[in-house]
Amino acid sequence: MTRYIIRRLIGIVLTLLGVSVIVFSIIYIIPSDPARIVGGPEASIETIHSIRHQLGLDQPVHIQYLRFLSRTLRGDFGQSWRLRREVSSLILERLPATAKLALSGLLLELMIGLSLGALSALNEYSLVDRLVMAGSFFFLSVPGFWLGLILLYLFGFQVRLFPLGGYGGLKHVFLPALTIGLMYAPWYARMFRSSLLEVFRADFLTTARAKGLLPRHIFLRHVLPNAIKPVITMAGMDLASFLGGLVIIEIVFGWPGIGLLAWKAIFLMDIPVIMGIILFASFLVVMMNLVVDISYAFIDPRVVYQ
Amino acid sequence: MSKALASQELNNESPSQEGALSKYKVKSQTQVVWHHLYRDKVALIGGLIVLLVVVVAIFAEPLAPHEPNHQYMEGLTDLGAPFPPSENRTFRLGTDSLGRDVASRLIYGARVSLVVGVLANGLAMTVGVLVGTIAGYLRIGGTLIMRFVDIMMSIPSYLLAMALVSVLRPSLAVVIVVIAAVYWTYLARLVYGEVLSVKEYDFILAAQSVGVPISRIIIRHILPQLLPLIIVYLTLGISTTIRVEATLSFLGLGVQPPTPSWGGMMKLGRGYFRSAPWLVLLPGLAVTFAVLGFNLLGEGLRDALDPRRLR
Repeated sequence: MTRYIIRRLIGIVLTLLGVSVIVFSIIYIIPSDPARIVGGPEASIETIHSIRHQLGLDQPVHIQYLRFLSRTLRGDFGQSWRLRREVSSLILERLPATAKLALSGLLLELMIGLSLGALSALNEYSLVDRLVMAGSFFFLSVPGFWLGLILLYLFGFQVRLFPLGGYGGLKHVFLPALTIGLMYAPWYARMFRSSLLEVFRADFLTTARAKGLLPRHIFLRHVLPNAIKPVITMAGMDLASFLGGLVIIEIVFGWPGIGLLAWKAIFLMDIPVIMGIILFASFLVVMMNLVVDISYAFIDPRVVYQ
Repeated sequence: MSKALASQELNNESPSQEGALSKYKVKSQTQVVWHHLYRDKVALIGGLIVLLVVVVAIFAEPLAPHEPNHQYMEGLTDLGAPFPPSENRTFRLGTDSLGRDVASRLIYGARVSLVVGVLANGLAMTVGVLVGTIAGYLRIGGTLIMRFVDIMMSIPSYLLAMALVSVLRPSLAVVIVVIAAVYWTYLARLVYGEVLSVKEYDFILAAQSVGVPISRIIIRHILPQLLPLIIVYLTLGISTTIRVEATLSFLGLGVQPPTPSWGGMMKLGRGYFRSAPWLVLLPGLAVTFAVLGFNLLGEGLRDALDPRRLR
């Protein structure tokens, strides 16, 4: 078990190193001059040169990379070129808003997806099942931002139930969270449905029924724990990617999170912020992968022997 | 002698038993696949939708009632609303904020979506199959390559795509290349897994033992086994790509105006949502419709090409 964990840890260190190399390469290759962007259009040649020296851009590539790496490991993602602030503080400042949205969205998608998936599985091939699957296909195909705009129009404008975007409490977070929920619920519905159907066919269920256990007991204590495994994986990965910033939703609803920060940075060509967010988001994804893998080792010991 | 007798007996079969014998007629794999596809009504609907989109995209010129980029002064009046009364049949689906005919722009937008979908996926699939197959065959090199793929997959795709497109100045070519650059990793991983298992098939081992060179084995024996996977994921990939392209265009990171694209139409129309909601509604429906079609077809193909049925 310990060996497995150590192997995975080494793996993610290598992965994170690789991510840093790729992110750095992108920064290095881009055809724009950071010194000029920081200095502004009216800066003189001397100012640009001094900025270039300050940013360490006149050093050879590998030196630049090592400096980049050492700073990143210490949590210093550099300074934004547009706002004179630390990238890491910008990200941390916006994290609570994104987390609020991420958790609400996750909650809704699980509620909708899992309940519909279970409903489908329990009534396999019935009209309910077909309707749920049809609805899943529809919401899978809908572009997220469009769904958000439609919901805003219907429930924020036609029927003035919700505010037209912005940050706040339940009223403000409901529509964006609902959009996320509707976008991602189909995945959970379909996956949970097939997972449940698979468990329904298992032998131990026949034994449980033969023993005369209550159906509710069977479902909660035997079926659910087995069927929920892939859901946990998926939910974990979703959470990690959401915390990295739900760009489209935040843009449509004007939600001041990491995603909106990324969008503004892309718009303003503020490279350190963009790269900082990418690093942050990748880190979350890799760490969540690790957490999920290790938890699987506890749930299903067979994976340790791979 | 007995064979001749047997065939005589067979020839004297009564009609009711002929039908029973027909199920022993050998069908080729392609026929089996078509047979299952044909029975899957949902997949057929998807296929029809895909056909519709393709036809509209190819025959945009004769189909579109107006020039998509021409700004009509009449469009900026009451005639600009969709589904006008029967006397004013000029702009069936209304006009946008610059007086351009929405219906024509929707039709030409299909072309952009399809071009991006096909080219980006073709590129991603080519690279993915190449990398996946090579990785599947090399031992240490394969693990290294897959590590690299894992690293690429850890980076959130939307952020990466947006950053790349904005850095490289958005255009049709850039969008195609960037989407391919982000998407090939998924395909490479799928192909890798498939190649790993196909490698162990008996007929591959037999070919190797007879001395067939590896390159020939890969091209003539392994790749055809990958065909179901390629077909399914090309179709599903096109559906994803159409959505991604619409999203990028909506953010201004797609094909640039005045080229009509569904996402771009929604971007412009967003500002007029209160007075002219159809400017956002209609392109969104177009995207949903096209994506749905490819999704249904792809899922149907996945079921029809399910290896469990063919082996």
